[in-house]
Amino acid sequence: MTNFPVEKIRADFPILAEKIRNKPLVYLDNAATCQKPQPVIDSIVHLYSHDYANVHRGVHTLSVRSTDKFEGARTKVKNFINAASEKEIIFVKGTTEAINLVAQTYGKANIKAGDEILITAMEHHSNIVPWQILCQQTGALLKVAPINLQGELIFDEFEKLISDKTRLVSVVHMSNALGTINPVKKIIAAARAKGVPVLLDGAQAIPHMPVDVQDLDCDFYAFSGHKLYAPSGIGVLYGKQALLEAMPPYQGGGDMIRKVTFEETEYNVLPYKFEAGTPNIADVVGLGAALDYLNEIGMENIAAYESELLAYATEKAMQIKGLRIIGEARQKGAILGFVLDKIHPHDIGTMLDSLGIAVRAGHHCAMPVMDFFKVPATARASFAMYNTKEECDLLMNGIESLIEVFG
Amino acid sequence: MFDDLRDLYQEVIFDHNRNPRNFRIMENADRQVEGFNPLCGDRLTLFLKMDGNVIADASFQGSGCAISTASVSLMTEIVKGKTEQEAEELFKIFHEMTTGKDEEINLEAVGKLAVLAGVREYPARVKCATLAWHTLDAALKNEQKPVSTE
Repeated sequence: MTNFPVEKIRADFPILAEKIRNKPLVYLDNAATCQKPQPVIDSIVHLYSHDYANVHRGVHTLSVRSTDKFEGARTKVKNFINAASEKEIIFVKGTTEAINLVAQTYGKANIKAGDEILITAMEHHSNIVPWQILCQQTGALLKVAPINLQGELIFDEFEKLISDKTRLVSVVHMSNALGTINPVKKIIAAARAKGVPVLLDGAQAIPHMPVDVQDLDCDFYAFSGHKLYAPSGIGVLYGKQALLEAMPPYQGGGDMIRKVTFEETEYNVLPYKFEAGTPNIADVVGLGAALDYLNEIGMENIAAYESELLAYATEKAMQIKGLRIIGEARQKGAILGFVLDKIHPHDIGTMLDSLGIAVRAGHHCAMPVMDFFKVPATARASFAMYNTKEECDLLMNGIESLIEVFG
Repeated sequence: MFDDLRDLYQEVIFDHNRNPRNFRIMENADRQVEGFNPLCGDRLTLFLKMDGNVIADASFQGSGCAISTASVSLMTEIVKGKTEQEAEELFKIFHEMTTGKDEEINLEAVGKLAVLAGVREYPARVKCATLAWHTLDAALKNEQKPVSTE
């Protein structure tokens, strides 16, 4: 493959040296969560060892140091997705909380009975259920744009579903079950033409490609740290400043206020208005370290390498008799979902695990996608920048062997 | 290649997975209950024909992994001719065998079902083996609503 320094990268991830059932770990469950490089681990240890105190509070030195690191990470996030301002970067637990935040603030303030929210048939449960809850609360309707058998959005149908009643479009950037990369610029342009704001669920997309929110012109972008080589429990909601300013707060508490009396409360400025309580300081710092690490490698390079890896794995998989790939979009990220004739995905998962190979077996929190393809579950190998062609070969050999054993 | 898995995937399990016993719809069933494992998508319908308090016939339909298919296939074989109480007793023994930590397995009591004892080492797969029995339990209690392992 091209000059991608995969061996050097692998050496930065201590867990990749683990043995699983006495075999070298082949970690192919990156769409569920990915592993952490040493600089991320070190950043957290260093913070707790030297710089930790609560943020935005004290005049004492440690609080200042902690706040600098915390807000420094916000700037790193801003730069990483090219947001216009740090005010547009809200720290949350993860993508799920980011979407719930938009549903319960922007949604409740702007969406009424009879209004419509438009999603697609390939959404993760986290981009379905928050809208269902909002619909129950408000009487709004959830509309679902269909996909085709390759797992691609049927764009014409999507466009037709944007009506005078549509108040929000919420679409996955890259599908976790199928790997499909949606034509988000086209989607945003179509919604924009009708004055409808767009939220992108970027949980899967962001580790695999450069994301520029100003170039995309999306209104909201949600993602998690843990799929981006950063700690779990931290995520980001990006929102355009004007939208965020107009939204009511999400949770009440400390840090999100400017002035409190028992009669009334004046809310803090952005982004703090949406960050009630002591934030997840260490994991925010860890996220900042992950972004530094990724910037050094370059998201363009990662995208190119992973695309070669996926092409290689796909070609090998297609040679296996009885294997059916689920998700064959022309624009696809490094996810290989598949089923085998007469072998249930859970048996595939257990058998591959005995060879040290970690894949996901199940519905991938996308039960409607499973229903559409008429499968109870799929097996999914999802790749990261530290995976290799040799690991693809081990996966394929494992699949061929288990087919033999099942006979 | 899969030596580590020999305790979990015994030949009997492959055999029942390839050729499930009593795999048919029972037209005149007295009891019919659905079992569903939302986590893996295993789905089965269990049919029972009762003669007083004796299970005269048992059959099933559905799809699942090798462990769940073998488990329900073996179960339909073993409960035929058993009274409701005997079947409930077997459910208890089976449950202990698949979820117990230290207890010795009473091989005599479980009989053929011993081939499923290996799941106790695989916590993620225990529900695959027990779905059939939870469904049977509901059928014996004459519950109508589907059984879920969640």
